[in-house]
Amino acid sequence: MAAPGGRATSIPLMGRDNEATIFELSVTGRAAWSFRDQDLPEWEAADLIPAEHLAPEPPLLPEVSERDLVGHFTRLSHRQYSVDLGAYPLGSCTMKYNPKLCDDVAELVGLTSTHPAAPDHLVQGWLELYHSLAASLCEITGMHDATLQPPAGASGELTGLLLMRAWHADQGRQRTKVIIPDSAHGTNPASVTLGGYETVTVPSDDRGCVDVAALRAVLDEDVAGIMLTNPNTLGLFEEDIVEIAAAVHEVGGLLYYDGANLNAILGVTRPGDMGFDIVHMNLHKTFAVPHGGGGPGAGPVAVSARLAPYLPGPIAVQVEDGSYAWATPERSIGRVHGWYGNALALARAYAYLLVNGGDGLRRVAEGAVLNANWIRHRLRGAYDIPFDRPCMHECVVSASNLKKRAGVKALDVAKRLLEEGFHSPTVYFPLIVDEALMIEPTETESPQTLAALGDALVAIAEGASEDDRAAPRTAPVRRVDEARAARTLVPTFDARPATEEEP
Amino acid sequence: MAHYVPHTDDEIATMLASMGLTSLDDLFETIPEALRLVADEGPDGRERHLRIADGRSEFEVVDELGRLARRNAGGLVCFAGAGAYDHESPAAVRRLAFRSEYVTAYTPYQPEVAQGVLQALFEYQTMIARLTGLAVANASLYDGATACVEAANLAVAVTGRPTVWVSRGVHPRWRETMRTFAAGTGHRVVEVDLADGRTAWPDGADGETPGAVMVATPNHLGCIEDLSAARTVADEHDALLVVVADPVSAGLLQTPGSLGADVVVGEGQPLGTPLSFGGPYLGLFTCRLDLVRRLPGRLVGETVDVDGRRAYVTTLRTREQDIRREKASSNVCTNQTLIAVVCAIQLAWLGPAGLRELALRCARATRYTREALCAIDGVEPLVDAPTLREFAVRLPVDPTTVVDRLAEEGFLAGVPLGDEYGTGLLVAATERRTRSEIDAYAAAFEKVVR
Repeated sequence: MAAPGGRATSIPLMGRDNEATIFELSVTGRAAWSFRDQDLPEWEAADLIPAEHLAPEPPLLPEVSERDLVGHFTRLSHRQYSVDLGAYPLGSCTMKYNPKLCDDVAELVGLTSTHPAAPDHLVQGWLELYHSLAASLCEITGMHDATLQPPAGASGELTGLLLMRAWHADQGRQRTKVIIPDSAHGTNPASVTLGGYETVTVPSDDRGCVDVAALRAVLDEDVAGIMLTNPNTLGLFEEDIVEIAAAVHEVGGLLYYDGANLNAILGVTRPGDMGFDIVHMNLHKTFAVPHGGGGPGAGPVAVSARLAPYLPGPIAVQVEDGSYAWATPERSIGRVHGWYGNALALARAYAYLLVNGGDGLRRVAEGAVLNANWIRHRLRGAYDIPFDRPCMHECVVSASNLKKRAGVKALDVAKRLLEEGFHSPTVYFPLIVDEALMIEPTETESPQTLAALGDALVAIAEGASEDDRAAPRTAPVRRVDEARAARTLVPTFDARPATEEEP
Repeated sequence: MAHYVPHTDDEIATMLASMGLTSLDDLFETIPEALRLVADEGPDGRERHLRIADGRSEFEVVDELGRLARRNAGGLVCFAGAGAYDHESPAAVRRLAFRSEYVTAYTPYQPEVAQGVLQALFEYQTMIARLTGLAVANASLYDGATACVEAANLAVAVTGRPTVWVSRGVHPRWRETMRTFAAGTGHRVVEVDLADGRTAWPDGADGETPGAVMVATPNHLGCIEDLSAARTVADEHDALLVVVADPVSAGLLQTPGSLGADVVVGEGQPLGTPLSFGGPYLGLFTCRLDLVRRLPGRLVGETVDVDGRRAYVTTLRTREQDIRREKASSNVCTNQTLIAVVCAIQLAWLGPAGLRELALRCARATRYTREALCAIDGVEPLVDAPTLREFAVRLPVDPTTVVDRLAEEGFLAGVPLGDEYGTGLLVAATERRTRSEIDAYAAAFEKVVR
């Protein structure tokens, strides 16, 4: 489509020179630290701690001035792509713009300075926030009760499986298997194993959805449950979900909803209405907690009424006088985090919920799905689209035609796109699509940016040639040698070969 | 309502038309009608729109969050610890940590445009390894509790023995977290009692041989443990020694690695992360080099690019859940990158002399506070062992009452200890606590316990 008005701007500025490590910047005796005067007796270490425990010297940390420190980490930041710099259409990761409001909230002193072991009556604000956020998340997912404790999506998955385990144990039958589709996120099978279950993989059918006949064939009374994300990792809605839910419930299994793709259905449909018993939410994806280079996240888990007594405690509850208190459900599986999960991430998510509201959440889903479908249409012809059906918030295309025609793989497309000033889509996932490129524009990218992204991807496909293997030519480094990193492991500065020449 | 979805009505109409659609509802045609929420009551009479209030302006939202923030007594002078400590957070560290390039980046799947985060994590790994005296550190885990869980998983995988002896000096909540996850992995968590504040390891081969022995130093009562005794116990059973260490203590104490630890885990919050009501915090995880292929979570390695320039990349990915799937030994995917970067900046701000000074000032404040409290009639040490930043006292009154009453005087008095340790109060003092604060605290304390 012609982009009316405005221009796409997503070309970041990035440094080209290597940045020395902080250890190489270090100068013996240089220092940045200072502390307040405590006005205490100036006891020496040997006066306070028995000599046998004391180290002769503190660890060899870098010695830098504050100016050097700020310069170093600012220059490093210039070698880093981020959402605030440009579009980040990384499928399944939901890298959307996060309102700056959330950053302000995370700096409120009344939130940051609270000790987690303070008694309930001194943390009423936090408890109210937990209570209100949990209620909203239950409303959004159509579930009965929620724990906000899991600190990440994968932690939420494992929590969900342990809930499943505890519930089945109380039903008096030891079940052994959990079913996952072959398109599932890699964390699903890993969580299943750590939950003490065996993974049974069911194939996708030619529509890209769970093959219901194949699912029925593996359903028996050893099945503890099924883990699904809906829309699935191909970005497609599992249209048979009601039938799937009934079939799994019929053998006494539970349905686990992987909330990684919840962005697509906010205010449109709810996992609880589809028949799911357990839902985790990646607040860092759907509710716009910034990903911070990979974390922190937050992975609350919401459940149906029958599973509520098993939730990890404590949970914020409102008591008779209207105040809030921590309470642990009667058959709780125990805690899954040292405290109450990633509280400041939860505060960010709560602010995001309030500012968008129920009406705004639906608009989020509409924008995300509109953008994903538009980019799918735009890429037709240039790329193979293995399941070319109406998609939800992301779409999966394939570079297999480019590979055949010009020897250009999905990875090469990804690196070329970096040259164009966009972050790459997710590549080689889901595993069931050859040379997969998984594109998730998100709702916060404008039609202009989307058009520019589409143009860039089409131009890459049309001009695909062996030269693409030299990309990215405009990034701080070019084609990092991953094989060497694994073969000659250098996990710390101290592990570098002594004879190595400075690059 | 705020406008984070930028599309104008005209743009939406044009985009829909280009796809042959007429309304936004058409986008959701693959969702069965019966599952769709609608603005009004559904055909079955059930309300099917989200019962969540409409969006507000950001200013109203900030007001609302400000109201909640004011309902927390965060301004109390803090003598509480128990795994969360009130340390200084320098301006340079905070400002750098809030740079949006760090805040709004994602997992460095494309290393060419993620060298900033990757190099920062490489520097973090190096500093944490040095702090613990071990060869390799991962790029962080969720928190201290989950680091303990992962350490148990690693030890069981290495030794093939599913029993872990865990000292009761390990934080009770962290042990509870280990028990929660043991329900899935089938591990046996056997708790080992304390005697006068330090772990009383059982003699001989009583019961199942452990795959790991786990000890915390300083432990939950603030006591510095004898790690050589723990090493001897581990050797007797050919088990791994897992040490839960406080990173601040590294400023003064010998590293656990130099004393024979195979794995060192811990909570990184004291290095640059505010109390934050318990999260996000930072799980530290380090181990011997030969265990690196079982290391949970992400690892950054140094390498070169095609032009021979130094470069960083996440490595040994074949251990991870996204590749090994059901054969992975950990499901950790997200880590605490932003908090790890903050930790690295804070450690560089401190340097060796600053870290030593930090630990020393904590130890001084702790000694002074302990002496002040124990001078009060009826207050006495719960145990007699060397401490660094925290200590436990026995009181003539209920510790919960003391905490409530001292809050009225402007102090968070400490953390009441559970039954497991006998009735008492756990008190911490960091480099932030001054003589006048401690004197005022002790005076208020005396009034309450009298």
